[in-house]
This record gives sequence, structure tokens and C-alpha cells, in this order.
Amino acid sequence: MGQRSDGERNVSEPAAVEARDTVKTFGAGEQAVRALDRVSLTIRRGEFFTLLGPSGCGKTTLLRLIAGFESPTAGAILIGGRDVTAEPPNRRPVNTVFQSYALFPHLTVAQNVGFGLEMLGRPMAEVRATVERMLALVKLEAMAGRRPQQLSGGQQQRVALARALAPAPQVLLLDEPLSALDLKLRKEMQGELKRLQHETGITFVFVTHDQEEALTMSDRIGVMSAGRLLQVGPPREIYNRPVNRFVADFIGESNFLPGRVERGAVRLGSGDLVSVPGLPPEGTAVTIAVRPEQVRIGAAGEPGTIAATLTDAVYFGTDTHCHLALADGAEVVARLQSPPSGEIGLAPGARVGLRFAEGAVQVLGD
Amino acid sequence: MSLATESGRDRARARNGWLLSLPALVLLIVGASGPLLIVVTYSFLKPGEYSGVIWEFSGQAWFQVLFQRDIFDGTLGWADAHLTIFWRSVRLSLLTTAITFAAGLPTAWFIAMQPPDRRAMWLFLITIPFWTNLLIRTFAIMEVIRNEGILNSALMGLGLIDRPVQILYTDTAILIGMAYVYLPLMVLPLYAAIDRFDLRLMEAGYDLYASRMRVLRRIILPIIRPGIVAGSILVFVPSLGAYVTPRLLGGGKNMMIGNFIELQFGQGRNWPLGSALSMVLLAVVMIALLVYVRVAARGDVVR
Ligand SMILES: Nc1ncnc2c1ncn2[C@@H]1O[C@H](COP(=O)(O)OP(=O)(O)OP(=O)(O)O)[C@@H](O)[C@H]1O
Ligand SMILES: [Mg+2]
Repeated sequence: MGQRSDGERNVSEPAAVEARDTVKTFGAGEQAVRALDRVSLTIRRGEFFTLLGPSGCGKTTLLRLIAGFESPTAGAILIGGRDVTAEPPNRRPVNTVFQSYALFPHLTVAQNVGFGLEMLGRPMAEVRATVERMLALVKLEAMAGRRPQQLSGGQQQRVALARALAPAPQVLLLDEPLSALDLKLRKEMQGELKRLQHETGITFVFVTHDQEEALTMSDRIGVMSAGRLLQVGPPREIYNRPVNRFVADFIGESNFLPGRVERGAVRLGSGDLVSVPGLPPEGTAVTIAVRPEQVRIGAAGEPGTIAATLTDAVYFGTDTHCHLALADGAEVVARLQSPPSGEIGLAPGARVGLRFAEGAVQVLGD
Repeated sequence: MSLATESGRDRARARNGWLLSLPALVLLIVGASGPLLIVVTYSFLKPGEYSGVIWEFSGQAWFQVLFQRDIFDGTLGWADAHLTIFWRSVRLSLLTTAITFAAGLPTAWFIAMQPPDRRAMWLFLITIPFWTNLLIRTFAIMEVIRNEGILNSALMGLGLIDRPVQILYTDTAILIGMAYVYLPLMVLPLYAAIDRFDLRLMEAGYDLYASRMRVLRRIILPIIRPGIVAGSILVFVPSLGAYVTPRLLGGGKNMMIGNFIELQFGQGRNWPLGSALSMVLLAVVMIALLVYVRVAARGDVVR
């Protein structure tokens, strides 16, 4: 696996995975469920790509289409530039790390890891050498002779990973591989996965509904909702430039304030004017979004600030969340770094002036 | 709670357990070991003139199981007839097991893949023949396969054959009958094993480049092995001792051990030989069960 040359990655090189107008419908007639709705997606080679979205949005379905366990109702799937839509899973150069691990209970750890290579008809010596290398990679050399059910959850997870990596697939598909682990092990495995991806250079397609996991691990994220792919981009872009309210709400927290475009700014319900660049035409109804950590609290009446009243301050350790009410009662949450004393020095009912950090205000369509 | 009272209570509980199981134990000892002892004893006695036994020790019956003395010159030879019957019994029982497995695996798989609320119905349908008397079922099979029966009439009607095929009173007839009678005993344990089988393992197999055939051989069959072994034993053991089916479908000539034993207690008037043959049958069954325990234990580690 390590021998794949990482150097020459250019534009003309075929994408690792491409989905073209993929539709997947389960069932027929009245009860038909459209699990994927015209999803088009290009995943680059060597990329750590994450599919993120709430439960039931179609992440697993998309992964299963790439793996070949389901065939699309319409559209095409390409792997490494080759149309594999009609190919069965055993002829696709992808491997899957299943959410349930799906380790073979009748085989040892080493036999599990070697299964794929053996099915590919590789010579025994090569299988043995690769298995050894894979077990070293996931630090399970000592467990080679054990059965999967004699391992802890985290160890089983690593066996599943080694088994899927051993045949050196072009693409590795991971369906919420960390969701069964406790928090500490989960953090550890996140680092481990990044390291493995880096060392092997294999394209990872990772599914999660944990936004923090997605933000910290991915090169790019695809946000899905109700069978649609809403936005694809690097973590910073997804977080700071969400295309719509759903993405802004799903990734991190946001304050949403409705308003109307007036004289090159947004007139909020409270009557305050917020200046934002790149606005739609005069009179359009818009919603602005601001992250809580981008809301600054100053003294009341300061020029250029929005008048607000503190309704509650919740201490979170490193942060303190201040709940504020604007003139019309609209709620805004500000996240402040807790001072050393732990007291922000404001009591509920205090009048303050709000300001939004430069460039932090987003104008959202729907 | 102190250790002393704890262990005291345990002991009391164990004693009560023994007392409670006493009736069952007595029943088992009297009901199972008693007849067995009688059979063992009879196998070492001499046959009576018309029936029964003469109370006189003799190893003659055991000798007769395998050997015979020529009537004319008294030379020693193998008891060919006995060996033929043994061999036919084992062969037909193994074939029955193989046939029920080949037919039972797809059936059990089909049932296990049905929606849960419909499986009970299918399992019930599989067991329906059990609620019908064995004799009646066997006569029904005779009606199908006899020369003027449904099968031959249909084949002749279609012009595929111009003379009836002799199936009844052959080993084939016995095989058909036994496979039909014992099929549910194969399907049920197979179903139980497949029902426990995690279908995602099949996907994992396909994902790791295994073809359908290899997924079956390398993943499904090894994992459902306890069910395969249980079903095979459940079919093999009663097949070996089958009496009614070979008696009716095999005619008088194609005997299996069960019929041959019966013969010794009836027309043969050789109770000791019948007893010895019964012990041989029991020994074969015990060996089969031992193999089962071995293989199943290995399967347990796997699961
Ligand atoms: N085999 C199926 N038959 C019918 N409907 C299905 C099937 N598989 C998935 N669906 C439906 O398709 C939609 C998408 O399912 P999918 O499993 O892809 O969601 P997901 O994003 O992976 O959710 P989760 O985070 O809960 O795993 C859901 O509404 C689901 O009910
Ligand atoms: Mg899922």
C-alpha cells in the first residue's frame, strides 16, 4: 500500500470516487422512500472526505452505493474514473469498515486481516507478510491468534480497519466506525485514523453525524440532509460560509436573526441596522447568521452597537454563554471566554451593547 | 452474609435439587438402563427352540453378527448377508442425510429470509407432515411412486417413458421415503443456525473480494456448522434405525438393520442375535453422537 506515489496529483487525474446524479429509491408506490436525491459528488484521490448529516439523511445509502451493496435507481458511480455502476462489490477496488465491524467470528484476527488478500489469490507468503505489516500498523501484533470475540471494542475496531486496509484498496469506506466507542477511545482512534490515512495515502470516505469529528479530521466535508448533498467544502468553509440555514444550524451553533435589506444594510426586527457586504437587492427578506463566539459584548449605548439585555449567563468552564434579548425580544447567544475569576461581572437584567465581529455575519437564503 | 452460611445454604440447595430430581432419575434408570441390561444379557444367551431364550451363557450371537459357518463343510466365512444389510443401512442413512441437507439448506435459508411475522407460518408448514401418521404418509408415497402410480402415469402420459419405471421396492424408494420423512428434522436446526447468522458478514465477504460461492463455503457454512451437525445427527440416527419406511417401500428384500432385528425376534426366532444386532446399532449411533459432540464443541469455540 505505501508504495502508491503521492507526488504527482494533478487535475487531469481521475477522481477517486465520482457520483453522477445518483438517485436511490427504496420501495415502490405509496411507501417509496427517496434516500438519495440527485446526488453529484467528486472525491479527490488521497483525500479524507467526510459525509456529515443527521440520522436518516442517506449517508449509509451513499456509502453502500459506492461499495456496491446497493445499485442506484438512476445515475452512475465511478471509481478511479471507471464506471462501476454495474459491478458487484467483489469487483470494486474499495473496502469497507462496517459500523458493526462485521468481523468473521470463525476466523482468527490474522485470518480476518488476510481474508481479502487470500480471496484475491495472492501467494501465501505475501498474505502473511502483509497481515504482519497491517497488525503492526494497528498495533495488534500480540492478538494475531485470537478470535474477534476475545477482543475489546476498540481492538475489534482496529482489526476491522486492518482487514479493510490489507488489500490496499483505492478507496476506504468507513461508516461511523467510531460510534460504538467511548469518548476517550474515540479521540484516540480519531488520531489513529488520521495517521493511517496519512501513512497509506488511501482515499478515505468517512461517515459521521458528529460535527466535531468531521471538522477536526476531514480535508473536505459533504453535508447532507434528507437525501440531498447541501454543501461540499473544507471544514473552515463549511463552518464560516454555510450555504443555508440548515448547514449553519447543523455545524456548530448559530444565532439567526430575520431582517430586510435596507440602504445597503440589514434592518433587524429590533430596528437596528447591521452592515453586511454582498447583499441582495433592497427590500429582500433575509436571515443573518452569527456564531456565538463572534458576538462581542460592550457597554450600553456605545456607538455602532445593538442594545440588548442580559437574560441569563451559563458557566461552561472555559466559556460562559450569555443569553441576550434584543429590543424586539429576539434572542442572541454570545460565547465569552470565562475570566480567571469565573465571573463575567454582569448580572441578569444588565443593559449592554452588542457588536458582531468583522466578517462574521452571514446572509442566508432560506 | 458469612461464608459458612453461604456454603451451607448452597449445600442444602444442592441436596434439595437431588431430591427433586430423584423421581426422574429413578424413571431414567429403570426405563432406560433396565431394558438395555435385558438386551445385553439376552445377547449372551442361547436362542430358544420356538422363541425366547435358553438361560445358558453363549457368545454365539455375537459371533453370528459378523461370521457364519458353512452348513455343509463347516468352514468359517463372513456373514455376507449381515454385512450387506449393515452397509445398506449406513449408505442409505448417509445418502438420506446428504439429500435432506441439500434440500433443507435452501429451504431453511428461504424461511430465515422471510419477514419475521411470516416465518412462524413457514415453519408450521414444514412441520405439518409430523402431525400425520407415518404409515399413512408412507402409503401416500407408495401411491405416488408405484408402477401404476401418479409419477409413472404422468411420465407415460407425457410420453417421456413407454414402460413404468420400477421405483417401489428399491433402495431409491427407501431413500425418497426417508428423505421426505426426515426433512423437517434437518430444516429446523438449520433454520435456527441461519436465523442467528449475521447477514452483514456476507457483505463483508463480498467487500473483501469473495465470490458468492466462496462466501457460502468460507463464511456461511463454517458459521452455521453447529446447525448442520445437529440436523445431520437428527436425520442420520433415526434413518439408521428406520423400520416402517424400508419395510413398506423396500419390500421384504431390501432390509435395513431395523427390519433385520425385527426379523430375528419374529420369524428368525433368534432373540440373542437380535439383541446383539441391537447393541451394534446402538454402538454406531453412539459413535455418531460422539463425533457430533466433538465437532459441536469445536463449533462453540468459534461462535
Ligand atoms: N433497505 C432499505 N429499505 C427501505 N428504506 C431504507 C433502506 N435503507 C435505508 N432506507 C431509508 O433511507 C433513508 C436513508 O437511510 P440511511 O441509512 O442512508 O441514513 P443514514 O444517513 O446512514 O442515517 P444514520 O445516521 O441513522 O445511520 C432513511 O429514511 C431510511 O429509512
Ligand atoms: Mg447510517
